[in-house]
Amino acid sequence: MTATRTAAKRKSDPAPQGDAALNLEMLRSMLLQRRFEERCAEAYALGKIGGFCHLYIGQEAVSTGTMSMLRPDDYVITTYRDHGPALARGMTPRSVMAELFGRQDGCSRGKGGSMHLFDANTNFLGGHGIVGGHVPLAAGVGFAIKYRGGDQVMVCFMGESVVNTGAFHEALNMAGLWKLPCVFIIENNRYGMGTALERASAIHDIYERGAAYNMPRNQCDGQDVFAVRQAVGEAVERARKEQVPTLLEIRTYRFMGHSMSDAVSGTYRPKSELEEQMKRDPITLLRTHMQEAGQLTDEQLQKLDEELKAVVQDAWDFAEASPELPVEALYEDVYADTTT
Amino acid sequence: MPVITYRDALGAAIREEMQRDDRVFLMGEEVAVYQGAYKVSKGFLQEFGEMRVVDTPITELGFAGVGVGAAMVGLRPVIEFMTWNFALLALDQVVNAAAKMLYMSGGQFKIPIVFRGPNGAALQLSAQHSQAWESWLAHIPGLKVIAPGTPYDAKGLLKSAIRDDNPVCVLEGEMLYNTKGEVPDEEYLIPLGKADLKRQGEHCSIITHGKMVLVAMQAADQLAKEGINIDVVDLRTIRPMDVEAIGESVKKTNRAVVLEEGWEICGVGAQVVDFIQRDCFDYLDAPVIRVHQADTPMPYAKGLEKAAKPDLPKAIAAVRKVMYLD
Amino acid sequence: MATKVFMEALSPTMEEGRLVKWLKNEGDAVKSGETLAEVETDKAIMELVARGDGILRKRLINEGDTAPVGTLAGVIATADENIDALVAGAAGAPAAGASAPAQVVATTQESAGASSVPRRPEESQGEASTPPQQKVADVPPAPPSRAAAPAAPAAGAPAAQGDVRSSPLARRLASERGLDLHSVQGSGPNGRIIKRDIEAAAAAGAAAPRAAVSAAPSGPVIPREGDFHDEPLSQIRKTIARRLGESIGPIPTFYLTAEYDLTRVMEMRKAMAELGDQFKVSVNDVLLKATAVALSQHPEVNAHWLGDRIRYHNRVHLGMAVATDDGLIVPVIWDADRKRMSDISREAKELAKRARERKLRPEEFTGSTFSVSNLGMFGIDQFTAIINPPEAGILAIGTSEEKLVVVNGEPVVRNRVRVTMSCDHRIIDGAVGAKFLQTLRRLIENPLMLVY
Repeated sequence: MTATRTAAKRKSDPAPQGDAALNLEMLRSMLLQRRFEERCAEAYALGKIGGFCHLYIGQEAVSTGTMSMLRPDDYVITTYRDHGPALARGMTPRSVMAELFGRQDGCSRGKGGSMHLFDANTNFLGGHGIVGGHVPLAAGVGFAIKYRGGDQVMVCFMGESVVNTGAFHEALNMAGLWKLPCVFIIENNRYGMGTALERASAIHDIYERGAAYNMPRNQCDGQDVFAVRQAVGEAVERARKEQVPTLLEIRTYRFMGHSMSDAVSGTYRPKSELEEQMKRDPITLLRTHMQEAGQLTDEQLQKLDEELKAVVQDAWDFAEASPELPVEALYEDVYADTTT
Repeated sequence: MPVITYRDALGAAIREEMQRDDRVFLMGEEVAVYQGAYKVSKGFLQEFGEMRVVDTPITELGFAGVGVGAAMVGLRPVIEFMTWNFALLALDQVVNAAAKMLYMSGGQFKIPIVFRGPNGAALQLSAQHSQAWESWLAHIPGLKVIAPGTPYDAKGLLKSAIRDDNPVCVLEGEMLYNTKGEVPDEEYLIPLGKADLKRQGEHCSIITHGKMVLVAMQAADQLAKEGINIDVVDLRTIRPMDVEAIGESVKKTNRAVVLEEGWEICGVGAQVVDFIQRDCFDYLDAPVIRVHQADTPMPYAKGLEKAAKPDLPKAIAAVRKVMYLD
Repeated sequence: MATKVFMEALSPTMEEGRLVKWLKNEGDAVKSGETLAEVETDKAIMELVARGDGILRKRLINEGDTAPVGTLAGVIATADENIDALVAGAAGAPAAGASAPAQVVATTQESAGASSVPRRPEESQGEASTPPQQKVADVPPAPPSRAAAPAAPAAGAPAAQGDVRSSPLARRLASERGLDLHSVQGSGPNGRIIKRDIEAAAAAGAAAPRAAVSAAPSGPVIPREGDFHDEPLSQIRKTIARRLGESIGPIPTFYLTAEYDLTRVMEMRKAMAELGDQFKVSVNDVLLKATAVALSQHPEVNAHWLGDRIRYHNRVHLGMAVATDDGLIVPVIWDADRKRMSDISREAKELAKRARERKLRPEEFTGSTFSVSNLGMFGIDQFTAIINPPEAGILAIGTSEEKLVVVNGEPVVRNRVRVTMSCDHRIIDGAVGAKFLQTLRRLIENPLMLVY
């Protein structure tokens, strides 16, 4: 993913807002996620995607901003709301869409589905379905990095509901205790399925929970990609150089329902709130910034958008053409055949 | 041949594997400084250091997950649960993460992890500290489950488990740690999925595993005095179960008793009986009888606990019953 | 002697029947062949006929009730006969006599006893006929109009309705040893027959293999374990087979001719004919019966050549050659030695008729253990028939006619018949064949020996 490569050059300067090339890369990344997710909604409605489908629309700055601060040999793990992070990390739209369609060429060979995107090539460690269940895994990866004496970083995304689980508590305690190189990023989109943060958590500035683990902690605006880069960059640096974890709360907003099966608004959040929030669409914010800085013309935007729509269409076509799995695949990969 | 304890056999297995492969590490409560809650890892901290012998807070879910995460990126963790009763909290990591990761990721992330600890009842530990977990775990595709009953089997099986690229659950026993048996100095491995015929006879088969193996062998010895000779089939591995060994024995003896320490309903024995009725239907001269724990939580009082547990008299009575002797 | 009335298999697929209406009351006199009741089968309403004469002493199924094929439905006996035992045993003992459907008994195919196949009641009937040969008369004859398969006793499986409890192993062992479970005492819980019971029974010889056979099965039979035993060839046999095969062709055959006196047979026939037309039998019927009985006494002749071994059959399935427009066909009379002459007579006629009409099914003309051919009706004095491989021999019967013979030095006129037996020398030696014909003579010249 070129954004991360360019970002690597700019490690020392996490917020070069003036870098037109970087900004364009980030815009591309975010817009790709947006167009991809929009087509996913369509595919789901057509029955091509089954089961659960959790869309990332509105949160693109969090994924793009974060990935732009990482190295290829760093690790990423997240929840079931993983399409955006997967694409931002560099997984191909084709492999993701094919996975959503449940076909052989899917990144998880059609065996995982929307909630379980995995890619060993980009160190994308999934795609997990149990709320909080993946956080101890992240601590484990952090442990392994330290065990091997490496300087990679483990970035662990989670929703704001995760901070109330036992698994979160146990994992962060060990990360803080053992000084593991993890960056725990809370994508606080304010709502569980339909329960607002304020109704689920005893404190509202949930990054403060880091204090319980003697962990550096912070909060930033998740719709502003530059703010994300700033905050994540600090945390990544800390993990890489000092092997100290950080708890980072990134405040964002999802514009769709919790999943395709859930209400967008109405019962648990008023439509007016949604509309207000959509004014701070992260793509709009970046675009506006670029246009104002003379880094983007309307034609360029138009061309970019068309190009990305074509990319997504290509992914759709690829997925559609990818073969269904033979029945024998049912029994594959239950066990690894080898011993070492 | 040296005679060592079950505990030392386990310890030797882990130590040898840690010496052989520096990706192997041991993690759990009290494994390092305390030298092991049951002294399995005695001396390990001194030999391998604190990065490879890791004391954890009391966070089964957490450190089980840490193990799985580390395994995802290529380490080979041995996660010790002080008892499997506490592992109930960790089952989300064992089942939803470890067992299913390879499958969900389309074959990309294997989990070469071992979860081990004492399983089942000891003496008067009461309801929460006495459960046998093999049938819960054996139910899950993606897991392997072993239950060694002797020091020889413990060492050979645990070494194989550590070398296996899949998550393996090892069910030991507080009551087994002090038992002794012959264990060679030379390295040996026992493959997973292979039962062991520990006694041979033509009159009846006892199929068993774990702690009950000793009971079965005692039953065999005692019955032999009356001229009744039985096969003792020690499953050793619960999943995958050695169906062939079961069938071979029952086809020979025409009658079977399944002896286990767990509860009746949906227990491991129920699966054994299913294999028997499928495979040996025309060879059976009597219905298969199971001997198992009483269908209650484990009571504290000594007499009640004894009444609840499967034991030698119950095993012998079952054999006599399938032989139509009483 | 009492006659049991059973819920019979009145259609090939029937498994149970509903007794619609009794046409006779308890206490009514009934004759063999009279309709006792109307039974609704899976296909139609059929008539249940009496199989013996007497008083309908007991009706055991109520009108409107359904009962599986093989259930005891009634008892016909003389007025003063004690039938308590029969009635008491009603719950447990479906017996042979009711014909089973025409399809081949599938359970015989299974290697380890029929235990894993749900038992069809009619199949079990044959097995329940524990009474050995002596009580053959007890058993109602199979209805001739239904060319049905016999209730070939499935390998030791319990009869319908959990009649006999046994472990799967015991069932298999019983089958392998040709034991009838009804003849074995079960020592397990609830009388379950278990392995040690079978072993005890086998050791005591409690049930001869043939007791397991239905008294009067009348349809295609697939040989199963217990119906035969194989012997590998001895050196002498191998040599004879090879040498004689070189000299005479594939089957080294020799021929034995004997002439029998039919005087007593004729007397018997005359006496029977005087009782009524329905009791008429032909000379051929008598000869068929006699041949069958002789074969049962000479298993060394009731055999097949299987190339590397000789199969000696315990049961006698007599092939009866019939000339048709298309050629020769040999339908089979199953367990002919155990059938009454009247059955044989009826079957022979029926099979011949259907053979000529080309209505025989393949399973009806395969499976004979020995064959008989009769050209007597064409006035042939004697002839040599060709062996039906892999059978050991075939008996050719010539015409029966009055002749002048010398008895005790005096010329007398006697009714005589000549038979010629073709023998496969690989299986039968001259003396063996001759002894068989001696037995046959004794039976034919002293027909009362047929019921001995």
